[in-house]
Amino acid sequence: MALNWFKKLKTGLSKSASKVEDALASITGKKSIDQETVDNIEDQLILADLGIEVAARITKKIKDQKFELNKNKEVEKLDVAKTLASEIEQILLPCEKNLFENITSKPHVLFLAGVNGSGKTTTAAKLAEQFRIQNKTVVLAASDTFRAAAVEQLKTWGKRVGAHVVSGVDGGDSAAVAFKALQLAKNEGKDIVIVDTAGRLQNKKDLMEELTKTCKVLSKLDKNAPHQKVVVLDGTVGQNAHSQLKSFNEAIGLTGMIITKLDGSAKGGVVVSLAESYKIPIHAVGVGEGLDDLQTFKATSFSRALAGLDEI
Amino acid sequence: MSFKHGRNCGLNIRFGIKMFENLTDKLGNVFKGLTKRGALSEGDVDTALKEVRAALLDADVALSVVREFIDKVRIRAVGEEVLRSVTPGQQVIKIVNDVLIEVLGSDESELLIDHAPPAVILLVGLQGSGKTTTAGKLALHLKSKKRKKVMLASLDIYRPAAREQLKILGEQAEVLVLPEIDGESPEKIARRAMAASKIQAIDVLILDTAGRTTLDTAMMSEAQEVFKLSNPSETLLVADAMTGQDAVQTAKAFSELIKISGVVLTRSDGDARGGAALSMRSVTGCPIKFVGVSEKLDGLEPFYPDRAAGRILDMGDVVSLVEKAAETIAEEDAAHMMKRMSQGSFDMNDMLKQIGQLKKMGGLGGVMSMLPGIGKLQKQMAANNFNDKAISKQEAIIYSMTKKERINVALLNASRRKRIAFGSGTAVSDVNRLVKQQQDMARMMKKMGKMGGLGGLKNMMSSLGGGSSNSEQVSESQSPVMDANRMAELQKMMGGNMPNIGNMANRFGGAGLPGLGGKPSKKRR
Repeated sequence: MALNWFKKLKTGLSKSASKVEDALASITGKKSIDQETVDNIEDQLILADLGIEVAARITKKIKDQKFELNKNKEVEKLDVAKTLASEIEQILLPCEKNLFENITSKPHVLFLAGVNGSGKTTTAAKLAEQFRIQNKTVVLAASDTFRAAAVEQLKTWGKRVGAHVVSGVDGGDSAAVAFKALQLAKNEGKDIVIVDTAGRLQNKKDLMEELTKTCKVLSKLDKNAPHQKVVVLDGTVGQNAHSQLKSFNEAIGLTGMIITKLDGSAKGGVVVSLAESYKIPIHAVGVGEGLDDLQTFKATSFSRALAGLDEI
Repeated sequence: MSFKHGRNCGLNIRFGIKMFENLTDKLGNVFKGLTKRGALSEGDVDTALKEVRAALLDADVALSVVREFIDKVRIRAVGEEVLRSVTPGQQVIKIVNDVLIEVLGSDESELLIDHAPPAVILLVGLQGSGKTTTAGKLALHLKSKKRKKVMLASLDIYRPAAREQLKILGEQAEVLVLPEIDGESPEKIARRAMAASKIQAIDVLILDTAGRTTLDTAMMSEAQEVFKLSNPSETLLVADAMTGQDAVQTAKAFSELIKISGVVLTRSDGDARGGAALSMRSVTGCPIKFVGVSEKLDGLEPFYPDRAAGRILDMGDVVSLVEKAAETIAEEDAAHMMKRMSQGSFDMNDMLKQIGQLKKMGGLGGVMSMLPGIGKLQKQMAANNFNDKAISKQEAIIYSMTKKERINVALLNASRRKRIAFGSGTAVSDVNRLVKQQQDMARMMKKMGKMGGLGGLKNMMSSLGGGSSNSEQVSESQSPVMDANRMAELQKMMGGNMPNIGNMANRFGGAGLPGLGGKPSKKRR
């Protein structure tokens, strides 16, 4: 699975504007890292959405590094790429955390939130599928009572993954749907409740408060619920991801994030600066529209892909 | 926050909260240094441009576009043009503004759909960019504003319930939606939709396609196929305003394969810095035809490059605000209120009406974001617990008053105030505060009826929504909301010699904002 992800990610990266290989080409024949190469590397990191500050810091580390020269007394391109990968990896590694670890409570409530169109419903279905494979029974709560046909979308997925879908009336109270789902899971002894909430922009205060309320309502049935509160981030997003993470974290106290749409030409490099600023665990990445296209986040693979290296 | 720039720390510490700055704020900071100087050297321009570069990159403008932009500005800024001008800082602002407008496209662009019907509008884009919602919004726009007979058809056979979603949106917009038939390919649906449009004398057929990544060759050739056979009058690339550097890739990939005629930038009501607009515009060479500004069907607005540029340069979107206010508030209402205001009879009913109108315009946040130089003010307001919630609270208090009380506040003795507080779920102190605010406002209204102007509006903004609880205890200049120095600074920034700003300020001051106070427009009367 990991290989599959890596391949997809690598393909995306190789076709995208950010080509670390090209950036490093200017080093050929040089005895040390010169300003041209430094600038090139920095540009590539900016193009990968790492943000100017993180890009500058990582590049400076590479500049300050003493590289061993090869037999032609040149700096080896591969060594630079490896250093780059390891710098990124160091930032990401503390945030690598499997979503399925330590699921002890029953029913376990997983709460998904995010901006519109980030891929929450598809992610909910993919997660339900993973739980199904682990022989766990899943209830999907269609808490998106606002968007047209959001419930139908989740119901279709529910049928495919054999999960019970709890829904309410269109335009109704989304917290009530989540509550109902948890109640049902408790009564029928289901293992997992996945709450799929409506997309909302993080600057809409009332909508963010609705999320806080939904979590509070759930905690009335189980004081630890929701056990996991995960934000779904679109991989094509730029620096606005910071604002998203901050607001969603303030509203519900995030326990993790999932990055979607990394099968495209976007690199999702903003997660590097997110990891640094917020230390919120990164659980998984979405790499396609299929049910099995959700893969565990691996800091090493992600870093190597960003640095244009093959997987170990 | 480690990714933030050091120079803003002072502000953050002062207000005790970490804030995300937008491009408007950043450029504001950059040019604050410039406006304070008498003369400007080449070095100053370069320093400023370094900041502009950083701000643009931070705003997710694509690297290549940033380079192009900076080069253009530098060529124009360095040299005589700047050195000879009286206020160099403003001159640089103007150049940055001009280039920004140029890159964004110098005029608004209408949809080209007026030839032999049915004209086809094809919507393409990445997954989750907002194509289906945009299709619904476009349908409503064409139907209600352009008087077109519209049909919607979904070619998204992949995402579960995508077609159901479009059907519901079509019903909401009250336009025809092509019925769903199972097992058809997107190409086949497109053909059927075109045939159906002809038979039913449809003016505009909107084709909503499935989201696709540009790397998916099969899906991309499907899009190309649909494009060829439907021969669209408009092919709109729907893109998320929050897109990062990938905006260039997406725009390139789509426009290399099919002829894109315009861009729709969705989620423009978020707090994204919106660099994608600049990137998309310069890469595709196509105008940004619309921006999506809410989840509701009427949340589609034309894109005005000059306004967008103005927003980026901390000039706000005053024109937009005035128009929106005019749309929302009925003329008679406004005239009526103006009359009452100038007489100084501003009672609780008037206040209630104002609160309602403020809410309609997207709440305080919505109105404030359209005002120039208001970014910082907004943050201070947030820090001071000045928000839409406070306004709802005030609404509740007024609703708990009797009709007589609303007209004559003098009736409100202690026991009545206690009852109102109980009825509205607030404290007596909240009621007291509201009464004081209403009286303050009535006074201010009377004054503004004579004076008019933006300053008045801002003062009023401060007194709406609980800000005055502070000003009761703290002198005005110390209160973050009412900081007089800051106000003066903001107004100075707006009153500069840039024709654009002056013009806007005139329009603002002249037309006034019905319902928000200000002098009634002579033109309107």
